[in-house]
Amino acid sequence: MSRLSENEVQELKQTCRYVRKMIINTIADAQCGHTGGSLSEVEILVALYFHVMNIDPGNPDMPERDRFLLSKGHSSPGYYAVLANRGYFHEKELGSFDAMGSMLQGHPCMLKTPGVDMSTGSLGQGLSAGIGMALGRAKRGMDFNTYVLIGDGELQEGQNWEAAMYAGHNKTAGLVAIIDYNKVQLAATVPDTLNLEPLADKWTAFGWDVLECDGHDIAEVVETFEKAEEIAKTGPVVIIAHTIKGKGVSFMEGKFEWHGRPPNEEEREKALAEIDACGCEKGDA
Amino acid sequence: MQLGDNIAPRLAFGQALVELGGRNEDVVVLDCDVGASTQTGLFGEAYPDRFYQMGIAEQNMVGAAAGMSTMGFTPWVSTFAVFLAKRAVDQIRVSIAYPKLNVKLNGAYGGIPTGKAGATHQSVEDIAVMRCMPHMTVICPGDPYETQQAVYAATDFVGPVYLRTVRCPVPVIFDEKHTFEIGRSYTLQEGSDVTIIATGMMTPKALDAARELEKEGVKARMIHMPTIKPMDEEVIVKASKETGHIITVENHSRLGGLGGAVAEVLTEHAPCHLTRLGFPDVFGESGDNEAIFSKFGVNTENIIAAAKAVCR
Repeated sequence: MSRLSENEVQELKQTCRYVRKMIINTIADAQCGHTGGSLSEVEILVALYFHVMNIDPGNPDMPERDRFLLSKGHSSPGYYAVLANRGYFHEKELGSFDAMGSMLQGHPCMLKTPGVDMSTGSLGQGLSAGIGMALGRAKRGMDFNTYVLIGDGELQEGQNWEAAMYAGHNKTAGLVAIIDYNKVQLAATVPDTLNLEPLADKWTAFGWDVLECDGHDIAEVVETFEKAEEIAKTGPVVIIAHTIKGKGVSFMEGKFEWHGRPPNEEEREKALAEIDACGCEKGDA
Repeated sequence: MQLGDNIAPRLAFGQALVELGGRNEDVVVLDCDVGASTQTGLFGEAYPDRFYQMGIAEQNMVGAAAGMSTMGFTPWVSTFAVFLAKRAVDQIRVSIAYPKLNVKLNGAYGGIPTGKAGATHQSVEDIAVMRCMPHMTVICPGDPYETQQAVYAATDFVGPVYLRTVRCPVPVIFDEKHTFEIGRSYTLQEGSDVTIIATGMMTPKALDAARELEKEGVKARMIHMPTIKPMDEEVIVKASKETGHIITVENHSRLGGLGGAVAEVLTEHAPCHLTRLGFPDVFGESGDNEAIFSKFGVNTENIIAAAKAVCR
């Protein structure tokens, strides 16, 4: 396992800051989009796309690439910002987010957006498709990994547990699920809506290896993915990433009101200033 | 398989999958613990390493098939139509149809014949549900022979396909002279007084009815419509203009299936009198298949009566 150098950590943190600003701008420009869940997933996506995954933005369909599925498809602004940053398409496309004719639909569409491995948006479906890719990997004798990012509220969908039972029973290898556990959903906190706890025990009971990390400490996120890659060689592994909804913008953090609301101009400026001033470096989830 | 044999299309389906598996290594089959009933078990015995037992979990099965198809496999997903087309409809819609993935869906036990299982297992809405889904092709083969041809055609076709098979034995009416093509209809008897359009296992019944009508002096045109979507609209318009009356027959609700689709075509292009034979807007019940078909007016005698009524 390779430890990140201090330089690498700083670079990744800088990328996270930049991605957060792109998220704010994308959503403020479009005046729609899911702010809170996009900000909570940033370190997870940056770790994957800038360090962990074997990908080639110039050849997005490369057969041996690692796969990524955003099961929490509504957090597309965070996903698109990372894909743009990584070079799958030009940053200026973010300005067309949610507009008619755009390659950037409200929820990810694999037919329209380079780099998107699966269309998602109806919650609970990503893990099953990820299992299919992992089954295909085994049948083709390949060794890539499939990463599926799932929202916490999304785990209330029963299909996730059908999928969890299947992968646990079959020791499906090459499959890494990540829970963006920001503990807030559309209209209330997760515990106040339908509690998931004991979450780690649930996954363990379904036959998965469970890792937990501070989902905003980029070094810890990378390290956790490296552990997950090892475990995934023989069976499915889930990372419960403890995050903060709206991370990086003080007035959005932990607030369900920012689940699906775009910032107005004043809020945009305030948010960008906060992100610039830093905010999001410390892993204090 | 000989003309006149009575063979369950589910068995023909299972055998076709085995044949297909022998020449196409990318064909995989996913089952929800009903392979012994839907006959995908035959594929499982022949190619155990390409047969995936998903447990009683339709939604995960559909999603996993979507994922496998992204890697160049051609998954055949199979379970009872009532569960596949409704319990997993959102998974079919978002994970397969929207991204236009190359997954084949076998809705087994279509319509009334379910081994007396009753309303919970009788799928009388699946054609309507699948038909209005963008990117979806819907096939309802008329006999065991055509079922096998449809399995091969659906596999060769690139994109999502819903293939409906039935449980009970159905007479073989086609042989090697018949070439199934997606989107094509087949005029099995010419006639100028009335047109009977049937799909699925109702085609052999409709053909019997047309022959009987002929003996009684009613010249009924009989069109077999195995592809519900895309539909052969031209032949419907022509039949409307030439015969003036159309009767549709299906092992499905009168709402939204073959009758609904034909009504849409007629209304826009060539209005004429239309009689829709199919299940009324009620839930079915347990019982003998033929008795239920007769109770709800979807049997050979009902087709004959409907034709005579409009030709008076």
